[in-house]
Amino acid sequence: MATQVKKTQVSMKVNGQPVEGLVEPRTLLIHFIREDLGFTGPHIGCETTHCGACTIDMDGMSVKSCNVFAVQADGAEITTIEGLANADGTLSALQEGFREMHGLQCGFCTPGMITRAHRLLKENPNPTEDEIRFGIAGNLCRCTGYQNIVRAIQYAAAKINGTESKEAAE
Amino acid sequence: MIPGPFKYHRPGSLADAVKLLTELGDEARPLAGGHSLIPMMKLRFATPDHLVDLSGIGALKGIHSEGDRLVIGAMVTQHELLASSVIASSLPILHETALLIGDPQVRYRGTIGGNVANGDPGNDMPALMMTLGADYLLEGPDGKRSVAARDFYKGVYFTALGPGEILTAISVPVPPDGHGYAYDKLKRKVGDYATAAASVVLTMKDGQVATCAIGLTNLSETPLLAEDAAQAVIGTSLDEASLKKAADAAKAIMAPAADGRGPVEYRTHVGGIMVQRALRRAAAKAA
Repeated sequence: MATQVKKTQVSMKVNGQPVEGLVEPRTLLIHFIREDLGFTGPHIGCETTHCGACTIDMDGMSVKSCNVFAVQADGAEITTIEGLANADGTLSALQEGFREMHGLQCGFCTPGMITRAHRLLKENPNPTEDEIRFGIAGNLCRCTGYQNIVRAIQYAAAKINGTESKEAAE
Repeated sequence: MIPGPFKYHRPGSLADAVKLLTELGDEARPLAGGHSLIPMMKLRFATPDHLVDLSGIGALKGIHSEGDRLVIGAMVTQHELLASSVIASSLPILHETALLIGDPQVRYRGTIGGNVANGDPGNDMPALMMTLGADYLLEGPDGKRSVAARDFYKGVYFTALGPGEILTAISVPVPPDGHGYAYDKLKRKVGDYATAAASVVLTMKDGQVATCAIGLTNLSETPLLAEDAAQAVIGTSLDEASLKKAADAAKAIMAPAADGRGPVEYRTHVGGIMVQRALRRAAAKAA
């Protein structure tokens, strides 16, 4: 039954930096990211692929990292909440939106929410309220009732689009 | 929530994957999107000694036309189905159904091949593939073969797949222009399996149903093709009496489990309603 398994070398890019590690094949990506790499932004909520607190961006997709093995992410490009601030360290439009619109209360779901919303706005820069609600349906929040999360994402979309149109005009 | 230990393999070709699965036998499981298998492993309901990850096999990706059929690679994700303009225009029921599977994160990883090959009666694509009359293309140690979706499902997690065999693609006959379609699914929440769901593909002529196929999800140990229900509406204008006849015929073959989604009577009742709703919506879309 139980097989003695050797550790496997994995390498990937996390928040722009190349990283390497030695993992058991059964090591979940969320554990590798939090415990081996020290990025504790992505949270372990339900551990059953329901809550979305562990959401990361992997090769341009929102992924629940509690349901992927680290070995499956070998060679991947990963972004966590730690990699989403602006290059100069200021808050991104989404982060600012969550602050301005009170898009969080306890804050546990927030890293996953913002990371998911980041990909949603990349794919659909000007979503309707329904599209936002459908797009964050894989992330649970037990505090806010979602109303202010939706507003926060709308705030970010407006800011990003405003900036873009200003740049285009210049 | 740590899975048991296993050895991880990522073959680069279909031939290598078949060879690995054949050699390793029952102790090995193929890994597609992993969104059914990995949760089961975390609960230790599944403890394979080997995982054969199919993600490195290019031949399992992509959607292409072959005459009047669309061939969809097993490793095409639900997200890729939703992004495909060919699917949206030629097989819109697939688009409609994919939207009802899981949540955005699950759809980025979950594959159509995993959905149909796993044999879970809660999965949505199998009943749809039976409705559409799709064929599954399999490749194993004895070569390639094709099995009709309608002959594929034998029981809970029990399918026509033989030892070492991999489902490589799904070949779907494109329904005629102007066909009506609908997939109606009642679920408790986003990401849940169906309490009951029904798929309908039909054509209308002079206000009457000319052809019709109906599939049922999560209403028995396998997905079901409701042939008598479909017969009950052919030649009718989908009047109330015919809709009721179809729902009754469909309910006669349902045998859902009593679980958190409700007792048998409730799930069967909902199944009948899903059949009627899907028939109405499909007819409204038919040209």
